[in-house]
Amino acid sequence: MRLSYTKALNRALTDALAEDPAVCVFGEDIGAGLAGPTLNLLDRFGPGRIVDTPLSEQAFTSMAIGAALTGRRPVIEFQIPSLLFLVFEQLVNQAHKFSLMTGGQAAVPLTCLVPGSGSRDGWAGQHSDHPYGLFAHAGVKTVVPATPTDAYGLLRSAIADPDPVVVFAPAAALPVRETVTWELAPVPLGSARIHRAGTDVTVVAVGHLVHDALAVAAELAPEVSVEVFDPRTLHPFDWTALAASLERTGRLVVIDDSNRSCGIGAEVLATAAEEMRLLVPPRRITRPDGTVLPFAPALDRALQPGRDQLRDAVLDVVKHRLPVPPHGEDRIR
Amino acid sequence: MTDHDPRDLGSPAGRYRMLRLIRGFEELALGLVRSGEITGGVHPYIGQEAVAVGVCAALRPRDRITSTHRGHGHVLAKGADPSRLLAELLGRSTGLNRGRGGSMHAADFSLGILGANGMVGAGGAIAVGAAWSARQAGEDRVAVAFFGDGALNQGVLLESFNLAAMWRLPVLFVCENNGYATTLPAATAVAGSATGRAAAFGIPAAEVDGMDTEAVRTAAAEAVERASTGGGPGFLECRTYRFEGHHTMERLMKLRYRTPEEVADWRGLDPLPRAAALLPPGLAERLDASVEQQLRAAREFALASEHPSPAGASDHLYADGLRPRAGSAA
Ligand SMILES: Cc1ncc(C[n+]2csc(CCOP(=O)(O)OP(=O)(O)O)c2C)c(N)n1
Ligand SMILES: [Mg+2]
Repeated sequence: MRLSYTKALNRALTDALAEDPAVCVFGEDIGAGLAGPTLNLLDRFGPGRIVDTPLSEQAFTSMAIGAALTGRRPVIEFQIPSLLFLVFEQLVNQAHKFSLMTGGQAAVPLTCLVPGSGSRDGWAGQHSDHPYGLFAHAGVKTVVPATPTDAYGLLRSAIADPDPVVVFAPAAALPVRETVTWELAPVPLGSARIHRAGTDVTVVAVGHLVHDALAVAAELAPEVSVEVFDPRTLHPFDWTALAASLERTGRLVVIDDSNRSCGIGAEVLATAAEEMRLLVPPRRITRPDGTVLPFAPALDRALQPGRDQLRDAVLDVVKHRLPVPPHGEDRIR
Repeated sequence: MTDHDPRDLGSPAGRYRMLRLIRGFEELALGLVRSGEITGGVHPYIGQEAVAVGVCAALRPRDRITSTHRGHGHVLAKGADPSRLLAELLGRSTGLNRGRGGSMHAADFSLGILGANGMVGAGGAIAVGAAWSARQAGEDRVAVAFFGDGALNQGVLLESFNLAAMWRLPVLFVCENNGYATTLPAATAVAGSATGRAAAFGIPAAEVDGMDTEAVRTAAAEAVERASTGGGPGFLECRTYRFEGHHTMERLMKLRYRTPEEVADWRGLDPLPRAAALLPPGLAERLDASVEQQLRAAREFALASEHPSPAGASDHLYADGLRPRAGSAA
């Protein structure tokens, strides 16, 4: 079966709705299926569960929280990644905090789906953000699937999870298609995926950048053996798998579509430096600090992390001279 | 009156007792703030009791409420155990929220109390969601959103009026207009009128004497009946007044945003004597004594309760038991 990313999201929603009557979907233009993931859901599940909302993001997000607190399992589809800024209060200050603040009385099983996060060519400053790092920082469970199979599996797990989860479906990953010969199944949150095994350097790539990392790895092989590590979930992050990867490679490059300061790449570098095996200083490729993506395509692309920078960084860390270990052993751990 | 369920608001006696319980609870809390046993202070509900009691008297146990930073009255009137609410204010393990929420987040989901809320206006749309949820589940449950006059200027609340009205949801919006948002007079903050705003969305809106428990109850019962039979949302503006400061901190300041005469005038409308006047002679005194006894027991229970262990400070952060990484590397 040929499966597109958007179709995978659509399948995940369809299966979740069919399986659990508590699942419902809120969002703008979802009845018409404008963004893709909700196509045909209204016909099949009706307006009682597929709720086309007025343009009131704060109210319908709060409403979904109220519904989640009282037995429903709502999914909200957001049309624009920046709409998440409007509902930061609802997601971070309300949904995320209910469980602790009520001493465990309440859970908020709410899923927020952003189909088309990050740069969308030609949409300029207010439609091109990729704020997954903000949610990971706030402690909201955050996933960024790179492939159709993972999009299906992670969205299913997000909907089944008892806590709020934000699912970013990067615009640049939406054109990805897979020939699927396996059964689609939930992918547990918090588990990374090694897309390509390697021994020289670990490249941690987030979302659509996994595909760039795979391209660079293919290009550099066999001279450089690159391990492509896709965290899939940014919070909770699969630190165990990263530590194991660095045991093998000892070298780390992160490619991450966040702003540089306080981005998820910064956290990966910090944790690796503090706790894991690094033979040489790690590198990260990110958006610049405080990025506002400009409109003109060449300007937009100039600020996004890309393959050329990744290739340079990989070559740089592998050629980086190791301090000569006495007795032929690594001392730098 | 010991064989009488202290949470039953079905009679004038039950309602009077609840008014007294809230008043007494707040006085007890004020004392514990002053003595330093409650940290962070509280937003006292004293003066506004008729609103919580009148509205909750119109509710069924299955109905739900969302509350505010000034929430003790709502939480008690919906049936929460005063001992456990007090323990929560004191940050004890036996508190409603196991000491994790405090005054501004007190909740008891088993009683449909979806929580006090520290963000002005936030509870409104959450209640709308609870109402939607009940309808989805095919359950006859009304949701009540309590909020102050200050919340009338929160966009999310106005958005939620629209959703509730469009979808004819079983929700009752209860605006407790106590004249001020902290120090800001409602008269200088709210263009048009509270009821006019609700009416603009097609929501039946009434202005009620919020110092009169029976008037509030009558108006609320009508709105609850309408909501629960498919008639959609309702809105009550309850004109009321807080006798104390906005927050206990205010006692330490010399603020002059309202005159002593104004406070005295409103104290003259105290809802408690008005409710007592409806009772047979001697009953109010007996109910007062029973409340006093209940609160003495609550105080003993709460102060004797254990403090939560610091090792569990991040317990319940995630409903699935996920443990966050510690703040320092192992
Ligand atoms: C969104 C938001 N803004 C500001 C505050 C700070 N604050 C807490 S209570 C309050 C006044 C609220 O007034 P009102 O809604 O009338 O309720 P009242 O205190 O009179 O009961 C303010 C400004 C807050 N908690 N939330
Ligand atoms: Mg007020």
